[in-house]
Amino acid sequence: MASRPTSRPRSPHLFSGFLRLNYRWGPQMLVSILHRVTGDGMATVGTVLLVWWLAALAAGEAAYASFRDVFTTSTGSLNLLGWVIGVGLTLSLFQHMMSGIRHLVMDTGAAFELKTSKTFAVATMVVAIALTAAFWLYLGMK
Amino acid sequence: MGTGTSIGRVRGLGSAHQGTHHWWHQRLTAGANLFLMLWFMFSLARLSGFDYASVHSWLRSAWVAIPMLLLVVSIFYHFRLGLQVVIEDYAHHEGKVVLMVLLSLFTVATAAIAIFAILKVALGAAA
Ligand code: HEM
Repeated sequence: MASRPTSRPRSPHLFSGFLRLNYRWGPQMLVSILHRVTGDGMATVGTVLLVWWLAALAAGEAAYASFRDVFTTSTGSLNLLGWVIGVGLTLSLFQHMMSGIRHLVMDTGAAFELKTSKTFAVATMVVAIALTAAFWLYLGMK
Repeated sequence: MGTGTSIGRVRGLGSAHQGTHHWWHQRLTAGANLFLMLWFMFSLARLSGFDYASVHSWLRSAWVAIPMLLLVVSIFYHFRLGLQVVIEDYAHHEGKVVLMVLLSLFTVATAAIAIFAILKVALGAAA
């Protein structure tokens, strides 16, 4: 690999100069980046939390209580960290799920027409926010 | 894939000698994740509470433990494939190999802990 010339274009080819993006911002580009950011966020923060949660549950009541204490106040409701992580992960999941469906649809060659593609990109974000709100409202109303 | 020799095109393996397996497995797991994560979110939302007793008795059921095991396998394989692409996009030269090894270690270690924990709760004596 070291013998390969380093001047060849790389993927993703983002910059054409200092802070000069090769792309013009638009919903499709935003959704593409969101798909990556949400996937990476869930794969790192989400994975560690899921594993910690499951391991605490398997370790017993005391370990589970210390896991809960990190994210809740003494009354048992979520603290600031709990809200940030909770809403962050659910919004990430629903955004990645919706932009993932968009990936699968576009893999078939569909929805590339300019207007459709833009509407589809915006729709993934609208639906993701709606599902996140619905999830937390449902939890709150129980 | 389209620019090689004709036998190369037939094999469809490209320069990584991997063909389309990576791409296809990312899609297969994406489909599985869609169902598993929807189930997971519904199941979480309908839990009677998030205290130890409620969550423990939830995970003890085979109807929860088995989907949870499938979820761990599908999601962890999916993000292992996904993060590989991210590394390939941004890391070059020797650092790339180190990151790939670390990624595999992270995936296998976290998956092992998650699977062990689920089995321990599901197969453990009634608390
Ligand atoms: C809920 C259902 C899900 C669907 C439908 C889905 C779909 C997809 C698809 C189609 C890709 C490929 C994108 C591409 O080729 O550029 C992808 C990438 C990825 N996914 Fe998922 N996914 C889901 C859940 C998850 C979860 C739960 C995680 C993490 C724990 C995750 C982590 C990733 C990562 C890290 C990538 C790589 C992103 C990139 O290349 O920029 N996915 N997902």
